[in-house]
Amino acid sequence: MARATSNRQKLITSIIAWAAAIVIFFPILWIIVLSFKAEGDAIRTPLGVLTSSWTLDSYAVVQDRSDYLKHFFNSVIVAVGSTLLGILVAVPAAWSMAFVPSKRTRGILMWMLSTKMLPAVGVLYPIYLLFIQLGILDSRTGLVIVLMLINLPIIVWMLYTYFREIPAEILEAARMDGAGMRAELLYVLTPMAIPGIASTMLLNVILAWNEAFWTLNLTAAKAAPLTAFIASYSSPEGLFYAKLSAASVMAIAPILVMGWFSQKQLVRGLTFGAVK
Amino acid sequence: MKQIQLTQVSKRFGDVEVIPPLDLEIEDGEFVVFVGPSGCGKSTLLRLIAGLEDVTSGAVIINGEDATGIPPARRSLAMVFQSYALYPHMSVRKNIAFPLRMAGLDKAEQNRRVEDAANVLNLTEYLDRRPGQLSGGQRQRVAIGRAIVREPTAFLFDEPLSNLDAALRVGMRLEISELHKRLATTMIYVTHDQVEAMTMADKIVVLQLGVIEQIGSPLELYRNPQNIFVAGFIGSPRMNLLEGSEAAAHNAHTIGIRPEHISISTDKGDWEGVVGVTEHLGSDTFFHVSCPAFANPLTVRAGGDVDLSYGTKIFLTPDKAHLHRFDDKGLRLT
Repeated sequence: MARATSNRQKLITSIIAWAAAIVIFFPILWIIVLSFKAEGDAIRTPLGVLTSSWTLDSYAVVQDRSDYLKHFFNSVIVAVGSTLLGILVAVPAAWSMAFVPSKRTRGILMWMLSTKMLPAVGVLYPIYLLFIQLGILDSRTGLVIVLMLINLPIIVWMLYTYFREIPAEILEAARMDGAGMRAELLYVLTPMAIPGIASTMLLNVILAWNEAFWTLNLTAAKAAPLTAFIASYSSPEGLFYAKLSAASVMAIAPILVMGWFSQKQLVRGLTFGAVK
Repeated sequence: MKQIQLTQVSKRFGDVEVIPPLDLEIEDGEFVVFVGPSGCGKSTLLRLIAGLEDVTSGAVIINGEDATGIPPARRSLAMVFQSYALYPHMSVRKNIAFPLRMAGLDKAEQNRRVEDAANVLNLTEYLDRRPGQLSGGQRQRVAIGRAIVREPTAFLFDEPLSNLDAALRVGMRLEISELHKRLATTMIYVTHDQVEAMTMADKIVVLQLGVIEQIGSPLELYRNPQNIFVAGFIGSPRMNLLEGSEAAAHNAHTIGIRPEHISISTDKGDWEGVVGVTEHLGSDTFFHVSCPAFANPLTVRAGGDVDLSYGTKIFLTPDKAHLHRFDDKGLRLT
C-alpha cells in the first residue's frame, strides 16, 4: 500500500516536472518549429502552423542575405577572447584574495559585485565615446575588452570561491613533503584549481556569447557577432517570423550543443560553494 | 642525543602572545606527546617545529643545526595532519610517493618504498584508488604512509585521530605505537585527549595557555603532578580536588585524591556521603558521592561487582599515602 502511494507521488512529481520543463522550453521549441515554415505559414494559428508543410527555405534565405559564418566567427572570437583575457586577469586577483587575504579583500569583492548592479545603459554613453576616440568602435578588439570587463566581477568571484575551497592544510602538507614553491604550484595547486578554472571559463563563454546589449550597441557590420545577426531580422520592414526564427536557431545552436555536453561541469560550477 | 631543541622560542600573533618564551628538548627516538585543552598552543608549538609558522623569537635546533630560518620543505620532518591533507587528485600510490618524487628518487626506488610502506600499513590493495574512495581510517593510513616513506628525522602528528570514530581510534593508537617501536624514530604527537597521551607517550608535555606546566613520563605525571592543572588534567575520571577545612587539616590550600584511592564503607569512615549517579563500566564502577563537607561531589572507584543504589548513605576514607597537597598558587607541596 505504502508502495502504491509512493508510486503515485512519483508519477505526480514527474508530470509536474515535465509540465514545467515544457513550459520553459516551449518558446525555443516554437522558434525551431517556425524556422522550418514558409513566411506565410508562420503567422497562422498554432494549429495552422503545425499542419502546414515543412521547408528549409528560411535557412537558405538567411544564409543568402547575411553571412552566417562571418558572424559565427565574430562570436567565437569575442566569446573565447574575452574569456581568456578575463581568466588571465582574474586568476592572480582571485588567487591573492583567496590565499593572502587582507583587511580590504571582502570590501573589494563586494565593490566588484556592486558594479554588476549598475544598469549597463548607464555607462553606454561614456564607453561609446571612449570607443570612438580609441578607434575601436565596431572592432572585435573593442568587444573582447568590453565583454571581458563586464564579466570580470563574476569570473573573479567564481574563481575566488573555488580557490577558497582548496584547504590550506594540503598546501602545508606539500611543503612538509619537500615541495618548493614551484613544485607546490605545479603538482598540487594547479591540478586542484583546474576544474574550477574550467567551469568558470565555460560559464563565461556562454555569458559572452549571449551578450546582446554591448554587442548591438558597439558594432555595425564588421565585428557584429551572432546576437547582432539575429537582431538584424527584427527589422522595420516588418516582422519575418520564419527568417527570424531560422536566424535564432542558427545563432543558439552552437552554444546549446556546447552547454549540453558540458552541463555536468556547468552545474557544478554554478552550485560550487553554495552548499557550504 | 638531543634531536630537537627549542631555546627561548616564543610566538605572537599580532598583539597576542600565544607562546611565551619556552625551552624544550626532545631526545632521539622519543615518543613525545603535547597535551592540553584546546587553545593551549600545542598545535602552534608543533607548527613552529615544522616551520609552518615562523618563531617570533628564539631558535629551533634540529639535529644540532639551527633550523629557525629553514623552510619546512628542507627540515626533513614529516607531518600527519588532522584532516589527513591528502592530495585529492592523486592516487594513493602517488600520494605516498610524493615526498620521494620531491626528493628526486628514481622511479624504481620510489615504487619499492611505496610498496614497502603499503605493506606495513595494509594499503596494498588500495594503491590505485583515489583518497575520495577510502574510509577515514584508510585515509589516515595513507597520510601515515606518506610520512614514513621518506624516513624523516622525526614525525609530527597534529591530532591525527580526532576525526575517527572511537573504535577506530583505539586501533590506530596501537598501530602508531607499534610503528614507533618498529621505526624507533622520534615522534611528536599533539592531542587534547589525555588518554592518548597516557597510552602512547614516552614523555608527556602538558601545556596550558602556551606555558609548559610539566614534562614527564605518563606515570610520573599521574603520580606526582606538579600543580593542580596537571593533577586535574591527567587521569580519567579526574582527580578529586578538595578545598576548605579538610585541606587545611593537611596543611594545604587544596588536596587531591584520585578515585581509586578512596575506599568505601557502609558503616564507618572519614567522610560521610550519599551515593548519587553510578557509572558501571563492567570492570569498574564509579560512584559520584555527595559529601556535606565538600562543595562538589566526589568520584570514587570501586570494583565492578559493587552495587550501591541511589541515595544510599556511605562513608569514604582516602588513602593518606596517595594524597596530593597543593598550596594557594596551585603548586605541589612536598
